[in-house]
Amino acid sequence: MSDVKNILLAGVGGQGIILASKILSIGLIQAGYDVKMSEVHGMAQRGGSVTTQVRYGKKVYSPIIGKGQADILVSFETMETGKWLEFLKPDGKVVVNEFEIPSAPILACDAEYPQGVIEALNEKVDLTTFKAGELALELGNIRTANVIIVGALVKAMGLMDIDWELVIKETVKPQFVDINLKALQVGMDQVK
Amino acid sequence: MKKFMTGNEAVARGAFEAGVTYAAAYPGTPSTEILENMVQYKDDLLAEWAPNEKVAMEMAIGASVAGTRTLAAMKHVGVNVAADPLFTWGYTGVTGGFVLVSADDPGCHSSQNEQDNRYYAKFSKIVCIEPSDSQECLDFVKDAYEISEKYDVPVLFRMTTRTCHSKGLVELNDRQEVPMVPYVKKAEKYVASPATARVLHPVVEDKLKQLEKYSNETHLNRVEMFDTKIGIVTSGVAYEYAKEVFGETASYLKVGFSYPMPMDKIREFAGKVDKLIVVEELEPFMEEQMKAAGIECVGKDLIPNIGELNPDIVAKALLGEERQTVSIADDKKVMRPPTLCTGCPHRGFFYALSKKRNVMVTGDIGCYTLGAAAPLNSIDSVICMGGSISMAHGAAQAFQKNNVDQKIVSVIGDSTFFHTGVNSLMTVAYNNSNTVHCILDNRITGMTGHQENPGTGFKLQGETAREIDIPKLVEAIGIDHCVTVDPLDLKAVDKALEDAFAFEGPSVIITRWPCALKKFSEADKKEFDLSFRQYKVDEDKCRGCKVCIKTGCPSLSFNGETKKAKIDPNTCIGCSVCSQSCPFDAIGKVVK
Repeated sequence: MSDVKNILLAGVGGQGIILASKILSIGLIQAGYDVKMSEVHGMAQRGGSVTTQVRYGKKVYSPIIGKGQADILVSFETMETGKWLEFLKPDGKVVVNEFEIPSAPILACDAEYPQGVIEALNEKVDLTTFKAGELALELGNIRTANVIIVGALVKAMGLMDIDWELVIKETVKPQFVDINLKALQVGMDQVK
Repeated sequence: MKKFMTGNEAVARGAFEAGVTYAAAYPGTPSTEILENMVQYKDDLLAEWAPNEKVAMEMAIGASVAGTRTLAAMKHVGVNVAADPLFTWGYTGVTGGFVLVSADDPGCHSSQNEQDNRYYAKFSKIVCIEPSDSQECLDFVKDAYEISEKYDVPVLFRMTTRTCHSKGLVELNDRQEVPMVPYVKKAEKYVASPATARVLHPVVEDKLKQLEKYSNETHLNRVEMFDTKIGIVTSGVAYEYAKEVFGETASYLKVGFSYPMPMDKIREFAGKVDKLIVVEELEPFMEEQMKAAGIECVGKDLIPNIGELNPDIVAKALLGEERQTVSIADDKKVMRPPTLCTGCPHRGFFYALSKKRNVMVTGDIGCYTLGAAAPLNSIDSVICMGGSISMAHGAAQAFQKNNVDQKIVSVIGDSTFFHTGVNSLMTVAYNNSNTVHCILDNRITGMTGHQENPGTGFKLQGETAREIDIPKLVEAIGIDHCVTVDPLDLKAVDKALEDAFAFEGPSVIITRWPCALKKFSEADKKEFDLSFRQYKVDEDKCRGCKVCIKTGCPSLSFNGETKKAKIDPNTCIGCSVCSQSCPFDAIGKVVK
């Protein structure tokens, strides 16, 4: 009904999702959008799921979305994708960082890490997958994995016109600017 | 200047701009960051943690009586603890403007219930203000101080998880200095004896009438006229959801000042629309009052009073719109419940406790509540902050009176012990029950994200303080059997439990080891061996018995094919609990 776009980021505590959302929000604000960002982090530090939602447009009301509303679901962890999929618009895009973090029931041998998640997703949605951790290691710093994911998100959402260099300079320490800019580009290259 | 802020950051900024010079709180999700964000304004104000919400409320009341603008902040259930002073504070009124922030948690993201604290404003006869977004958090706090002083009334500033934790753009302004009101003794106002209270009650009722008049006039209650087929009365973040769903296809009465309600304004609005709908989160607080005032409307017969709302739920309830979704099979999803962290000192304690049979365990609120979850399964009940110790006492007395032989253990964290556990321990000592109380001292308030407490040696603004010595406090209360153990030493915990069970009368076990995620203080580094350690499974010795897996450590996994346990070298910090649990000595320290 409106021009508002919805981004849903999902993953596990400690994966840098909050920072990724921050970088994204700053870029969108600089581009002149009204932006709202919502995060659920109550018990996330204790190994639980983390999600953030970033909404942008001319005027944003609700800070959160409901089911079937996300234009893109960006998942930092393979299995988390399935859990949040129902928040995606049926014609929305999905970006998955292929990385498995077993949850407590799996570690306790009460369940097995689900197999065939990517294949199942491929049948249903417009999917992009890559291994951000391995790409980050190639760049020389595993901690840039979340910025690689942001790069993919930027490309998938058509937000290339925003001055991301400026945003990165504002959000990371000077010595990490160059590597994060490279990481952003690597992420963009993952999306066709 | 505009800044991208959470509601909590904006409330702190608003209080700063309003000239507040004193603030007190006890941490609790989703309210915690309000006080944490006030620290940046410490040149102009003092922000302090209290050991519990009642104390925070009273600290703030004292500052208001002294004549300055003050703020108290707490989560919704914290207001239950602070309710005693709140209700009388409603009678006496204020000197310096007073705002109590109540951060409610619809959906129980991190709470034990989802009570709607707007009822507290009505119950204690004070003002309720509800912001809808970050900008309103800042603006309305400033309005709240003006209203509080003009009408001599405390203001309950009701936020929810979404207004607290979502970010939006906020326009900032400069601080306005507000001079203190010179102190004058006013016994007829502030000595709430029965004689005074009887005089104050009609004064309060009169104030509420004036406030209702104000409620009909204030800009905090705003009418937005668009299409008039549907009129929506809404408050808080529910306004954003309604606006999202209906846009300009409905008209709105956005209630920012929700107690006393703007009933004349609502009646006038109702007259201009064909159908009146109340969109509010949780309870029918406004709807009930509107119906009692004879205003025809619909609300909770359509919109759930359970859980958190979102635009989708509102659209479904009011328009019957069901959005299309996609999904994959359920077998591609496995739950991800929160767990005790790798290296958490609580794990050792709970693992040892889980080996004890026929023990009733009362628990408390903090990270260690996770000791109730599989595979540790060590806690039987959790009701409220500080409740573990008194519940254990009552249960012990009941069992004894009815000739039932039952061992009883309570489990409580350091911050929660200071919160209200200490009162409970007094009844345990004085009434001498045969109970075992375990104070899990991890040197910080863990669950809410590492706030200082009276046992840590630091204050909110970073200054050092004299720690409360828990063993001495326990002794002073009158408990003779008290030991302190390292919770990561399974044999020591087991012995402490056995000794306590054998002791006739109340006993206390204090476990002392810092939270694995804590930023260690110099004192921590001196007291504890925090040097880097790591453990590794010797696959030749591992027989695949999975005993170590029962410790529930996130760094441990079991390979179903090789039938061997594995420790993740990227996350293990060498707490050694799995190593001690192993019956075959297959987990050893990594020697570098």
